[in-house]
Amino acid sequence: MTGRAPQPATIEACPNGPLLVRGDVELVDADGRPIEKRRRTVALCRCGSSAIAPFCDGSHKAIGFVTPS
Amino acid sequence: MKLPAPRGPLGASLTDLLVHPPRDTDIVDDVVLTRWRDAAATADPLTDDDLQLTLWTLYALHYRGFEGVDDAWEWDPDVLRLRRVLEDAFEASLRDRVAVPAGTAAEREAVASALFAMTAPGPGPSVARYVSRSADATQAEEFLIHRSLYTLMEADPHTWAIPRLSGVPKAALVEVQADEYGGGRPERMHSALFARTMRGAGLVDEYGYYVDRLPAVTIAALNLMSLFGLHRRWRGAIAGHLAAFEMTSSLPNRLYGDGFRRLGHDEGTTDYFDEHVEADAVHEQIAGRDLAGRLAEQEPELVGDILFGAAACLYLDELVGRHLLDAWSAGTSSLRAA
Repeated sequence: MTGRAPQPATIEACPNGPLLVRGDVELVDADGRPIEKRRRTVALCRCGSSAIAPFCDGSHKAIGFVTPS
Repeated sequence: MKLPAPRGPLGASLTDLLVHPPRDTDIVDDVVLTRWRDAAATADPLTDDDLQLTLWTLYALHYRGFEGVDDAWEWDPDVLRLRRVLEDAFEASLRDRVAVPAGTAAEREAVASALFAMTAPGPGPSVARYVSRSADATQAEEFLIHRSLYTLMEADPHTWAIPRLSGVPKAALVEVQADEYGGGRPERMHSALFARTMRGAGLVDEYGYYVDRLPAVTIAALNLMSLFGLHRRWRGAIAGHLAAFEMTSSLPNRLYGDGFRRLGHDEGTTDYFDEHVEADAVHEQIAGRDLAGRLAEQEPELVGDILFGAAACLYLDELVGRHLLDAWSAGTSSLRAA
């Protein structure tokens, strides 16, 4: 998207769920290679069970993942 | 799209009206209204073919209309009066049957956790598990045909709510809908991805093509969204509906994708399902917290409607699921005869 104003990144820790990432963030793998973001807002896995890591696939609900409060 | 074949007196009476242009004189008098009320009152509104198909036809005037039907019918007072007869019966039946959890505070996290609790994955039989493991090619096609009534216009009914909202809930709904509509890329629109799935399975991807084959419950599930979306008074319910819909999507879509892969379909055909695994894990958070949760904080009197919308979504989803699984376990088709 050209001409778009920069959008500061925010990361929202969803209770018992993923990290919701908005704004200008570059995702990279362990070797520093970019991971394509296919949508403007992404959810990153926090429970460790996602089949599409680093993105969330809702598995936290199936395993009863609870974030420490 | 062509007008569907009427399934009873309501549909026949509506078709008689719609094939002519609207007139200034009132056509729908008390005699007609009474006849419609009687027909709607004697039916089980959720499973009555005539009622649900006729209501779908009336709602379709607000979306894409029909070939040979004057667009002016959309806001014609006569058809709106008839629509209300059917909506009243539909609403009364939903009120009667759909249980809403009580005691939820009008706070963002309380509403979001109530919605997540209502939609928590259960161990019972599910269409997703069946499609994943057992469905044959014919049943998989039937599944797509059922889904196509909504999915070839995916997101449209909830979009009606945007101008009825403000602030955080409005921005949240737009954020979800922008993603549903492909984020500026028409080929990534979810309805377009589903059209590709239909073509991949050798089906026709034209909206409404299969409506004559669909049973009342499948049509009712879409009518529910149009009912909630088209009425501002139901803005809480459409928000709750979207949250419940998104919250019951990621995990089942992984299974649907697995099922279609098992049946030998390629990536183009399974892309719709795979896309939803990732997208709806995002959408469920936004819809639960920033749409439904924040709306409850803005308008605390809507908490009951938000949860009602979610519960009604789940109730009809369950009816559709049971219809499919009952037909398939009996070795019969879940579709009406061609």
